[in-house]
Amino acid sequence: MFVVRHRTFFFWVTGLLLVASVAALILIPPRLSIEFTGGTLVEVAYTGERPPHEELVARVDALDLGEPSVRETGSQGVTVRSHTLSPEEHTALLGALSNGGADPLTELRFNSIGPSLGRELTTKALYAIGAVFLAIMLYIAFAFRKVSRPVPAWGYGVTSVAMLAIDIIVPAGFFAVYAYFTGAQVDTLFVIALLALMGYCINDVIVIFDRVREHLKANEERNIKESFEETVGKSITETLGRSINTSLTVALALLAIILVGSESTRVFALVMLVGVIVGTLSSIVRSAPLLIPIAAWAQKREAAKKQ
Amino acid sequence: MRYLPALTVLAIAGLLTWFVISTSGPETKFPIKLGLDLAGGTELIYKADTSNIVSDKQGALNSLRDVIENRVNLFGVAEPRVELEQSSAVAGEVEDRLLLELPGVTDTQAAIAAIGETPVLEFKLASFGAAPVTTGTTTSINLEQVYTDTGLTGRYLKSSELQFGPASAGGVANQPIIVLNFNEEGAALFEKITTENVGKPLAILLDGEVISSPTIQEPITGGVATITGQFTPTEARDLVRNLNFGALPVPIELAGSNTVGPTLGIDAYEAGLLATVIGFALVALFMVLWYRLPGLVAVIALVIYMLITIALIKVVPITLTASGIAALILSIGMAVDANVLIFERMKEELRLGKAPRDAVHIGFGRAWPAIRDGHLTMLISSGILFWMGTSIVQGFALVFGLGVIASLITAVMITRVFLVAILPEEASPLWRTLLGTGFGHKPKNT
Repeated sequence: MFVVRHRTFFFWVTGLLLVASVAALILIPPRLSIEFTGGTLVEVAYTGERPPHEELVARVDALDLGEPSVRETGSQGVTVRSHTLSPEEHTALLGALSNGGADPLTELRFNSIGPSLGRELTTKALYAIGAVFLAIMLYIAFAFRKVSRPVPAWGYGVTSVAMLAIDIIVPAGFFAVYAYFTGAQVDTLFVIALLALMGYCINDVIVIFDRVREHLKANEERNIKESFEETVGKSITETLGRSINTSLTVALALLAIILVGSESTRVFALVMLVGVIVGTLSSIVRSAPLLIPIAAWAQKREAAKKQ
Repeated sequence: MRYLPALTVLAIAGLLTWFVISTSGPETKFPIKLGLDLAGGTELIYKADTSNIVSDKQGALNSLRDVIENRVNLFGVAEPRVELEQSSAVAGEVEDRLLLELPGVTDTQAAIAAIGETPVLEFKLASFGAAPVTTGTTTSINLEQVYTDTGLTGRYLKSSELQFGPASAGGVANQPIIVLNFNEEGAALFEKITTENVGKPLAILLDGEVISSPTIQEPITGGVATITGQFTPTEARDLVRNLNFGALPVPIELAGSNTVGPTLGIDAYEAGLLATVIGFALVALFMVLWYRLPGLVAVIALVIYMLITIALIKVVPITLTASGIAALILSIGMAVDANVLIFERMKEELRLGKAPRDAVHIGFGRAWPAIRDGHLTMLISSGILFWMGTSIVQGFALVFGLGVIASLITAVMITRVFLVAILPEEASPLWRTLLGTGFGHKPKNT
């Protein structure tokens, strides 16, 4: 099978993608939103003409709100992020933005997060990602417990988790680049996208592993001798149609969110879309080929034990 | 009778449709509850300072919640939510929090002012740095007073009321008197304090300010205290109201707030609905074009899937947020996965020359382990997401988890039942075309 034969090539392609993503995350790390750092977000919409950017920045800077960021949203909106505002500072900010009522506006959103809430969410998000990793690894090892030759059950678990790491690092790297150009920030929905991706992408891996499991069982029953590589290659070919079609339907659904969905869920859908595409490709070209070295290693060990 | 299960499913689908449509009006028992980010409103998160509470922390927190609930009701909010919450065990520091959701309230500061003003009532023994100095008719008190905690606070207050004193009570006629009724625990504490400190002044502090500092004449039993300060009747009436509704047993501090204006919410809701419809249409179109007849069956199953999910959202009820709508759309794309798996397996069996109905049975059996494992891992991640907390994440996790379960039910029970009912025993060329895949006219795999 094509993928199995050229597995070294695909190793390097996805490896390169991974390195590029990690580099992006390190060199241009996306900023964390106030949900994690604590702070205040105020979004207003001007009913009349929106004052020019420089003037808005000058007005906000005059208030001393701790390195505030001022961004235009849509045609009429402005979003200001700052440290956690007191009610007085909040009033002062609205006054400054409207220039004391000269530029009429309505407040669309006021979101203020104290530092302790932010810290807690950060810790929880990290724990959640770790927990999903662990739970999936254990579940896969459990589901494949009866298939222990030539790949030990934990081999499937470890491979899936290695896959999952790729499945979330690449979209995160993409997000870093996207955020670099658009100023998007890492928010809760971004974390949700990563966790949902892990839950989804593992499906692709499971479907392929399930085929491998089925073939191994059938081969054993019918006493067919087939190299493990061949079995893996066959499994990937047979599941190709399903892998692509499912990703396509999910991608179509996500496309709907990106095109017409609400502003707040757009970045979520974009990150997921990249993840779904990368996840499908990586499960096709990487998951099973990753199993082959483990199989070779396990067989060598078994042979060594017998002697 | 192979049509019976399919007819049953159709009947159930009909009932579900009737339920969803009949409960879609404005006056219904099962409306779709919209989260604050869609309906507009204010969420306030308070940190409760329980460091001074030695015993029965939970009791104090419960009464804190009741007091705040009273204040919210006074403020006039429809369907508010007031909940106690504790910071997660992984956060390191344990914090007690009070979570308030005020739908429709978009003036954050007015809400904070009305709810968050925290009159804390305390009773403290006042001792003086030096003895009071009497000069002529006035007694001047040394300003450097030292207050010692007695442990008696507003949390022991059962109620307070306003009375007007008679002339014979030693004061001026019709002077406002505030009567404080302690609960059992408070009464015992009050008795103990007054017994041990006869002759000393007992200061009553509201928000750290002394409002009255009567001297204890004798031990007071029965748990009733009176304050006769220099109040005007209006002041006294306000104080009684504040004490009844606002004497917080535990000091609170605003830790976070989130206000979404009504226009932003409506926009997000409508955009979400449109995205749901378009997402559904795109997925349905693809399924019918590629998988043909089975694809059509899958679309019918998807409609029933949506009906089940919406009915569950209404009945449970699950508060729908923008992230929840995203989860719903995402799960539409994922719900067909099980169908795709089954159809691909079915196709393989057909290619091997099996009769259509046998192919359905074998295809389902073969696809099942992968479907089971895939759905379970998705349920695991939605469970962990739910644990992560915050309304955005939980809104997503609930709908996503629900979608996974509904998808499992529809794919395994509904698609199979329909296919078995429709498919013939033997496959004619027409049936082969209908069961083939691809966009072309001729079946690709025959």
